Amino acid sequence: MAVQVEHQPSSPEGRLETEQLELELLLEGVYRQYGFDFREYAPASLKRRVWRRVDAEKAGTITGLLERLLHDPDVMERLLLDLSINVTSMFRDPTFYAALRTQVVPVLRTYPFTRIWVAGCSTGEEVYSLAIVLHEEGVDDRTRIYATDINEAVLERARAGVFPLDKMKEYTENYIRAGGRRSFSEYYLAKYERVLFDRSLTENVVWAPHNLVQDRGFNTFNLIMCRNVMIYFDRTLQTRVHELFYDSLERLGFLALGHKESIRFTGLEDRYEEVDAQEKLYRKVG
Amino acid sequence: MTDLVVIGASWGGLDALRAILATMPAGLDAAVVVAQHRSPESHRTAFRDLLGASTRMQVREAADKDALRTGTVYVAPPDYHLLVDPDSVSLSTDEAVHFARPSIDVLFESAAESHRERCAGVVLTGANADGAHGLQRIAELGGGAIVQDPEEAVRDEMPRAALKAVPEARVLPVAAIASLLVELCGLAKVSA
Repeated sequence: MAVQVEHQPSSPEGRLETEQLELELLLEGVYRQYGFDFREYAPASLKRRVWRRVDAEKAGTITGLLERLLHDPDVMERLLLDLSINVTSMFRDPTFYAALRTQVVPVLRTYPFTRIWVAGCSTGEEVYSLAIVLHEEGVDDRTRIYATDINEAVLERARAGVFPLDKMKEYTENYIRAGGRRSFSEYYLAKYERVLFDRSLTENVVWAPHNLVQDRGFNTFNLIMCRNVMIYFDRTLQTRVHELFYDSLERLGFLALGHKESIRFTGLEDRYEEVDAQEKLYRKVG
Repeated sequence: MTDLVVIGASWGGLDALRAILATMPAGLDAAVVVAQHRSPESHRTAFRDLLGASTRMQVREAADKDALRTGTVYVAPPDYHLLVDPDSVSLSTDEAVHFARPSIDVLFESAAESHRERCAGVVLTGANADGAHGLQRIAELGGGAIVQDPEEAVRDEMPRAALKAVPEARVLPVAAIASLLVELCGLAKVSA
């Protein structure tokens, strides 16, 4: 009996369908061998990131990458970096940090103690930006920031506070546009091609592994920041994470999303009031 | 029938885009997704407003997971990649591709793979080679390939690179692109 398939495996359509199957097998393999669940990530960006690792490992195909990572945890470690590092910069979207300063901090100031969750903190740029704002506003000593990420290696990098020197020009411009009150260079020491951020900025930061896809809440917060992390999730997963955030927020707590994200279609839009529509800053009211 | 049109533009793109959208009917039976290279600091809504003022179609700056609706133009926000999944668009802040974010290749490749023969790609004026690879991907998966006539483009590098990658692409002046898109996509039966 001849083997029959809808598209010839050698045709572009056939290769695309095979690749789709390979991707599903890879995600299944990653989940069953290592416990990380990427099966509800948005498909197009996920595929690009997986192919970047296939090429870097010279694995040829997604199946080739699967074969390697099942037998070599180091390959999985590198794929995890590709899938979990969210490229960002300090004070990305300066207007957001200005809104944080003028609209959120005055409320936090009225509490004796506040907890903030930076969910999916990646390499820490947002945590340092937030810490600088809190420091300049004089509320850092009664605030604890919980900075979490799925990837412990990334958390280590964030905790170290070492960033490339050549980024400082961009970050300084962002800092100024965000309403920074000092000279940005006061916060770091430059050495060779890198800078080390002031350790005192992160004295009140708890760095901890947390997987938004699979882990439960671990505290309640007055502010949750999760900017440009959920854009890599599909809508079903986004809705589930939004439920986790809702349950983890204190009443009247703030939720901060990326500029092009929203709480529409999560089923929770009625539970929040919009504090700043442009900055995607919400407050839990229901 | 084509139900997704992706358009890539760079240097000189605003005028070319306006010219195309100006003659597009409100009831085009396809979603249109646009990646225009622009500075990360460019004004958040000015670009969308300029496009919106010149067309009867709905124009919006794409938000993450926006559902694809016919008759609507989705513009990639500055400093994000815009990708097409089967039913919606997704954003990404991954590294720039060929110094561009949004990258036309990233948009076109995802559109080709999610919509295959139901997708048409249009490469307009620009001073780089972004979009060439993506247009090739659209063509090989059975979608339509259209390139602005390099002779009339403000910068011809991008259309020429696209033509080199896809020699069989339709070459048209911007003034003729809208009517070809209407031919490919058709008009919605119930027009708003």
